[in-house]
Amino acid sequence: MTETVATAPGLPWQFAAAERRGHLRAAVLILPLLLFVVVTFAAPVIYLLSRAIYDPSVAQTLPTTLQALQNWDGKDLPDEATYAALVADFKKVAETNSAALVGKRLNYEISGVRSKVIAAANKATEMTAPPYKDQLIALDKMWGDRLIWAKIKQAGRSYTDFYLLRSLDLERNVDNNIVPVAKSQAVYINVLLRTFYISALVTLITLALAYPVAFMLAHAPERLANLLLIFILVPFWTSLLVRTTAWFVLLQDNGPVNNLIQFLHLSDGPFKLIFSRFGTVTAMVHIQLPFTLLPIYGVMKGISPSYMRAARSLGGGPLYSFFRVYLPLTLPGIGAGCLLTFILCLGYYITPALVGGASDQMVSGVIASAMNQENNWGKASALSLILLFATFVLFFIYNRIVGIDKVKLG
Amino acid sequence: MKLRLFSAACLLAVLSVPSLADDVTVVSWGGAYQDSVRKAFFEPFMKEAGDKVVEEEFNGEIAKVRAMVESGNVTWDVVENDSMTTLAACAEGIVEKIDWDKLGLKRDDFISADASECVVPSILYSTVLAYDTSKVKEAPTSIAAFYDLEKYPGKRGLQKSPFINLEWALIADGVDVKDVYNVLSTPEGVDRAFAKLDTIKKDVVWWEAGAQPPQLLADGQVVLTSAWNGRIYKAVHEDKKPFAVLWDHQALDWQGWNVVKGSKHRDTAYKFIAFAGRADRQADQTNYISYGPGNKNAIANTNPKITPDLPTNPDNMKTGFIVNAKFWGDNLDALRERFNVWVAQ
Amino acid sequence: MLKPAPYAMPIEKALFYGGWIFTALVLLFLIAPILAIVPLSFNAEPYFTYPMPGLSLRWYEDFFGNERWTGALFLSIKLAITVTIVSTALGTMAALGLSRAHLPARSVILGILLLPMIVPVIVVAVAVFMSFGYFGLIGTFTGLALAHTALATPFVVIAVTSTLTNFDWSLQRAAQGLGAAPVTVFRRVILPLILPGVISGALFAFVTSFDEVVVALFLSSAEQRTLPKQMFSGIREMISPTITAAATVQVILSICLLIGVELLRRRSERLRGIT
Repeated sequence: MTETVATAPGLPWQFAAAERRGHLRAAVLILPLLLFVVVTFAAPVIYLLSRAIYDPSVAQTLPTTLQALQNWDGKDLPDEATYAALVADFKKVAETNSAALVGKRLNYEISGVRSKVIAAANKATEMTAPPYKDQLIALDKMWGDRLIWAKIKQAGRSYTDFYLLRSLDLERNVDNNIVPVAKSQAVYINVLLRTFYISALVTLITLALAYPVAFMLAHAPERLANLLLIFILVPFWTSLLVRTTAWFVLLQDNGPVNNLIQFLHLSDGPFKLIFSRFGTVTAMVHIQLPFTLLPIYGVMKGISPSYMRAARSLGGGPLYSFFRVYLPLTLPGIGAGCLLTFILCLGYYITPALVGGASDQMVSGVIASAMNQENNWGKASALSLILLFATFVLFFIYNRIVGIDKVKLG
Repeated sequence: MKLRLFSAACLLAVLSVPSLADDVTVVSWGGAYQDSVRKAFFEPFMKEAGDKVVEEEFNGEIAKVRAMVESGNVTWDVVENDSMTTLAACAEGIVEKIDWDKLGLKRDDFISADASECVVPSILYSTVLAYDTSKVKEAPTSIAAFYDLEKYPGKRGLQKSPFINLEWALIADGVDVKDVYNVLSTPEGVDRAFAKLDTIKKDVVWWEAGAQPPQLLADGQVVLTSAWNGRIYKAVHEDKKPFAVLWDHQALDWQGWNVVKGSKHRDTAYKFIAFAGRADRQADQTNYISYGPGNKNAIANTNPKITPDLPTNPDNMKTGFIVNAKFWGDNLDALRERFNVWVAQ
Repeated sequence: MLKPAPYAMPIEKALFYGGWIFTALVLLFLIAPILAIVPLSFNAEPYFTYPMPGLSLRWYEDFFGNERWTGALFLSIKLAITVTIVSTALGTMAALGLSRAHLPARSVILGILLLPMIVPVIVVAVAVFMSFGYFGLIGTFTGLALAHTALATPFVVIAVTSTLTNFDWSLQRAAQGLGAAPVTVFRRVILPLILPGVISGALFAFVTSFDEVVVALFLSSAEQRTLPKQMFSGIREMISPTITAAATVQVILSICLLIGVELLRRRSERLRGIT
């Protein structure tokens, strides 16, 4: 075949040209969406992530101070020249908000310095002659502590690990070593662990519920199975918010579930169902169950019944045949369903926010409140980076096992 | 292609900004409060000045203002912020320093106007203890009722924030109201407040939006709750709920109008604030909600029916205190983190 | 019909009947919460309790008579339609491009196109919130539509791609060989065959936008209040049974869409000879 092609001059070239035209046409078709996704989606996400490690507020406002601090050994207080540089920097940014941004940034590190920094910046305009060191220390004894200078030096790096360290309950101490933060401030590791714990719990429960159901449906007559699948597809197509709303209503203190409990005389007072871990996990299991079930069902449908019959006719007991023959064949479905559910659980925000209590908030909820309540974009970005990293690692595994474009749409 | 997309985006950006010079976007707090603001300020202003007020509402998410100012695309003009947010926003420079001459109002006429350079105070509101009279055997007489699990068994609602909860914890623990912020400025004081909160932690339902406390009371989810006094007033007078407010150690705070830095309708924004700051307008607002007017001249003309329910009424002020916005501006970041750790344990 | 296998041992029979009881309970768990709130939306009293003292349409009157809810409903529909049109066009084109064999870097491109489906939605919301401001898109219809379109396109790409597997490209070459212009080839040959995939992708896109709440919470303004956002604040702030009416309206819509997708899937499988 190759020889015929070689003896017909021009044909390979025509093939190549056709192939190139094909590629070109494909590129023209793909490019609009690719550009759209890059501009409206990828670029914003990259911008968000960059804010986790980039914060130039101190470097831009206090350039001369940072220069002066470069040779500071960090052991004693800086020299008079450094204090003078700080006053000069403050004078330069008078009438702007820059000093306040420095105060805000340093306040993340040392609680309570925000107003002191702003006060010093305001007073700096009135300081005309040295010794600046004594004047600043007289203004507030904070300026006579090497801690504030160490923090200025650390925060002066525009590319900073501060937000990421904080998201892992770590910080740099006065000697620039990484240490754990005070116990009473250590919140984020717990949030991350809780996120993983709730996700794992939900995944396991959905698996325990989904596997037998998928098994029964896969081995039921086709018509019956299709009919029963509706019970799974209707919730699957109902919006997450509607289902969360349903649970929100059902779990009220005087809602239907507590009604039923009291009707059956199981308990006198209402159970605390809403705003609890129980409520959060129940609602999440309900929402995720179809995601775990459908891939397992799909795999089971593809297993020929002759395998089991063969195992049985060769003398294997029912349980032995199940565990040695059937279960291994369904592992790809289990892997796909569980990974998908686990990944989706990691990003849950609405459900814990509406049916969860104060101790059920997951990492997405903390990101939202870092944005909305605390106005701390660095923290929101750093936590987003961690969440995204975990998601990507898991999706990489998912892609290896299942293939990303094989995601079942129902 | 990229260029075309970019210019399309720019075009859209231009089109989506309201271009009429006499539109002013004003942001307030939604719910019953927004209703009162609409009746007292928005509607009469539109009638009198002929300018259009575009209403927005938020829940104090100052991040939106910051996003606008940072990106230079300011679509909000006037924002009604609480004291703490005003101080932070003013320091960060995302709201303007008020030009009182341009405004044509006297700064001295306003309660707490000296607390920040960026605000024209609109109201004084109060966080109080509220309860359902039909469910409580004996009306509470002191804020310490929150911590009295024997006399008031059951859940109590508190705002999910260290704000005011720490002050009340110390007061219930015996700290004099004058010393609260001094004690709270020490690590031991903070420990003490959290230790006191620990005693009721498992009995607390945390609320986040101002509309929740009356709802929690109505559903019987809590026996006592902290609440904003105006919301309870509305539940009592409009929804005919059997609720009552305890004025003991009410925590007073102001909020007020800020002009967003870079507002494209700055003149109209000032015109609106000048209108909303007028004594007669502020007095009129008390016809719709029970918050104290920020303009001292309005106090004489408040709705007499509502006067007993105003936080600024001297009878209600005996043990009350004004929330120290400066303390919270400095310490909120750290105390909130500590609170979040504590609440999730 | 429902009997254990003839060679089954007693333990298997027990497992069989136990399995069906378990299945029934799980299916009940799945469907009951959704069905339970439908009757509550007809409750005459403003409570979430059974038994209901009487029936009434008051929550539907509140829903359809209140400008906040109807405005939100119409905005959501308008938004979802816009998103559907744009994302279906972009997604179908890209899926056609991607279906060409031997395309270099196909998996990388596909990975990028499917990113919006993978990234947790809170990250998307915060990211667009931080950057859309630079283009004046916060609180605008355009901003919401752009963000929702990005979220919806992966579903279109997947749905169309799946109808293109096993697609017989010789049909296209035959049509070309017979002298048809590319546009005609697409309209008369390719489109009818992939139409089920395009439509089911479009339905997914519609639902993605119609149900989306997190991005809407960050991006939308009071004037651009979508139905999910209105429901969210309805739950958060003023818990009224109107949310059950709103939920019921959405459940009915989802069921209609589900039926549509199912019919299309069956038609597509018939057309491609998969049974």
